[in-house]
Amino acid sequence: METKRLVLVGVGGQGNILASRLVGEACVAAGIPAVVSEIHGMAQRGGIVETDVVIGDATSPIVSEGEADVLIGFEPSETLRSLNKCNENTVVITNVKPLPPFTVAIGQGTYPDIDEALALIKARVRSLISLNGDELAEKAGNLLSLNMVMLGALIGSGVIPLGEGALKETIAKSTKQAFLESNLKAFDLGLSAARAG
Amino acid sequence: MHTLLEDSPGKEMLLLGNEAIARGAIEAGIGLASSYPGTPSSEIPDTFFSLYQEAGFYFEYSTNEKVAFEVAAGAAVSGVRSMVTMKHVGMNVASDALMTVAYVGVNAGMVVINADDPSLFSSQNEQDNRYYSRLSGLPMLEPVNAQEMKEMTVAAFDISEQLKLPVIIRTTTRLNHLRGAVKFGPKREINPKGFFKKDPFHYVTIPAVSRNLHKELVKKYDQALELSENSEYNQIIGNGAWGIVTNGVSMNYVQDAVKDLGIGEKITILRLGFSYPIPERLIEKFLRTVEKVLVIEELEPVMENEIRSIAQSKEIGIPIKGKGVGLFTRLYEYDPRIVRQTIATYFGLSDSSPVMVDSSEIPALPGRPPNLCAGCPHRAMYYAVKQVYGTEAIYPTDIGCYTLGVLPPLSMADIGLCMGGSVGSACGLAAATDQKIVAFIGDSTFFHAGIPALINAVHNKHNFTLVILDNGTTAMTGHQPHPGVDTAPMGVDTKTLSIESVVRGLGVEHVEVVNPLQVKKAIAAARAAKEFEGLSVIISKELCPLFAKVVKKARKVRPFYVDQDKCKKHMDCINLLACPAMYLDKGRTMIDESLCIGCAVCAQVCPENAILPLKK
Repeated sequence: METKRLVLVGVGGQGNILASRLVGEACVAAGIPAVVSEIHGMAQRGGIVETDVVIGDATSPIVSEGEADVLIGFEPSETLRSLNKCNENTVVITNVKPLPPFTVAIGQGTYPDIDEALALIKARVRSLISLNGDELAEKAGNLLSLNMVMLGALIGSGVIPLGEGALKETIAKSTKQAFLESNLKAFDLGLSAARAG
Repeated sequence: MHTLLEDSPGKEMLLLGNEAIARGAIEAGIGLASSYPGTPSSEIPDTFFSLYQEAGFYFEYSTNEKVAFEVAAGAAVSGVRSMVTMKHVGMNVASDALMTVAYVGVNAGMVVINADDPSLFSSQNEQDNRYYSRLSGLPMLEPVNAQEMKEMTVAAFDISEQLKLPVIIRTTTRLNHLRGAVKFGPKREINPKGFFKKDPFHYVTIPAVSRNLHKELVKKYDQALELSENSEYNQIIGNGAWGIVTNGVSMNYVQDAVKDLGIGEKITILRLGFSYPIPERLIEKFLRTVEKVLVIEELEPVMENEIRSIAQSKEIGIPIKGKGVGLFTRLYEYDPRIVRQTIATYFGLSDSSPVMVDSSEIPALPGRPPNLCAGCPHRAMYYAVKQVYGTEAIYPTDIGCYTLGVLPPLSMADIGLCMGGSVGSACGLAAATDQKIVAFIGDSTFFHAGIPALINAVHNKHNFTLVILDNGTTAMTGHQPHPGVDTAPMGVDTKTLSIESVVRGLGVEHVEVVNPLQVKKAIAAARAAKEFEGLSVIISKELCPLFAKVVKKARKVRPFYVDQDKCKKHMDCINLLACPAMYLDKGRTMIDESLCIGCAVCAQVCPENAILPLKK
């Protein structure tokens, strides 16, 4: 089986740990080998959270620099920061809604221009899918469903061997029932956005 | 029923490495588990905490790792299967007990989970605790994936009972925090009660007793070595002329690299999972079938040196290399690319790794370091102390969320060593300098290792101020309770200790309890402590807002906003507090409503009273 290496990057609280776990669970349910890697602890206090998912015929739980088949960025400056995970064949999926770190407020850095950032990424990888995930999550009725939007976009990109149905079943099984409707809606919105390009 | 308690052999689930260990303990019929939390080990005790009452075994969060170790040893000598879990630096704390429990031995399986942290994701050092097996003489197992983390846990209990010795399972962050498929096995019956049979001339380690016990421990090494020689976890895989020796998570990198490089035919892998005692005969057999050897292990060259020593004693002269080859160093963790490229270098292959995109034109990005949360009471107390003591005082700090106070603009940490180290180092700084000193320690850390140091400060009359940042939980590791926490709402019957009573009981004369969110009062408390000649303690008491949300004690969130007509752009709020809820928009100070929890500290700091609660 072909190996697919995914890197999900976001900011503490954006929900990429749950997103990567759902991909892993959907794979196990579908009989596809998968291993997920998470970072817990100090790194989570408002810092960058990276999770990796390796699907298929490989057992390493992490993805090295230059070796991601898909990079899923929950925040555009973090997508740009993680570009070192990519090579010319990587598919990048990114949320375009900025979440500037506090260092910008205290004058320790400048937040990048989003359009320039997207152009820089686009010029270096196989394809770039960009979407306003926060807007879609809001449309789905729950601001916290950004991770479901991004999962939908991942499935919509068609890069991994998992169907829409398989992931939806896992979402239904492993996320809170109270949010199921908005989660599935958010997933669908992400899926359509990715398919529309 | 908790999923991990299901008696459903064959069931497959995606589990966190730490959950796999917990399931292994349950399958092994564990009777007692004890722990002090610490990343990357914390989800093991947290999993136990979520199910131990239903499962019917005893579990406790102990005050520190040494106590936890002794608790588990007490059970194991009484014939109850026990587990103790800790992070690598916790083993330093537990090591006093470890070294002599190794002499005394156990009457039921005792498994020690030791989680190392290569690359220091959440630790103050990256020590390699494989040395603890060599130091103590205790067997060590090193799993490679989630399934093995469960299986080896079960096996470790059996090995422990065969040898009558505790067995250490050594993991690394990447294993603790991976999720992989785990197949459930059968569950052994849980037996939480045993019987301690008196035998003082075995258990009381006076010199005359321990001289014999040491002899027995040395004998047990030979038995352990036989188990290691025949262990299914020590395998020779393949029959190529190029040898690779590896352990732990690196085994995955090696397997993937061999596949990526297409050199399966040329390689022989020796995988050491029962890694201490190191299986000498198996290694000799391996060394005699290969032409050259690359040892692939993170951190210290432990296997490399031991294998080289075996080769020397068997007069085998083939090259054996590890550290110093290609990208292999004693620093940080390895990854698939590092391992693939170094294998290619060592065996003279061309490397097929994909080329990383050119990032030379990527603009410098603003840093996003971890930070104290919006509304964190630590920030408020740091602000108050800094107002009084300024930047000249020395600020020893400790292990916890509040260590993040080191970051500008707070810059409220000058030396941070280990659990309890703030108080101990403050004693020395006070004795050796005439500078003002304010040490900071968290509540859980105070109970863990701060108390003996505070006793030292009282007794030896050291002159400094200690601020105990009491946020009512062990926040950094995931909100575990500690002796100062009322656990009744969690359905657990423990006695709650008052930090203030403890401090007063130790004989500290100047003690003040203050809510740091009341800025004037907090500043007044700091001023009174500064004016007091001698040791003073301020207990800064306010619940961690993240924890408050979990236990439903959160204050009603009423976010604040900046009245732009009143704001005169002093920027004290941003420059002195740097709360992540505040940001600048075209030079105007703004508050992110979705992040602000209404702690009102910035409103008290603003000289123009321009920060006001949003009207509903």
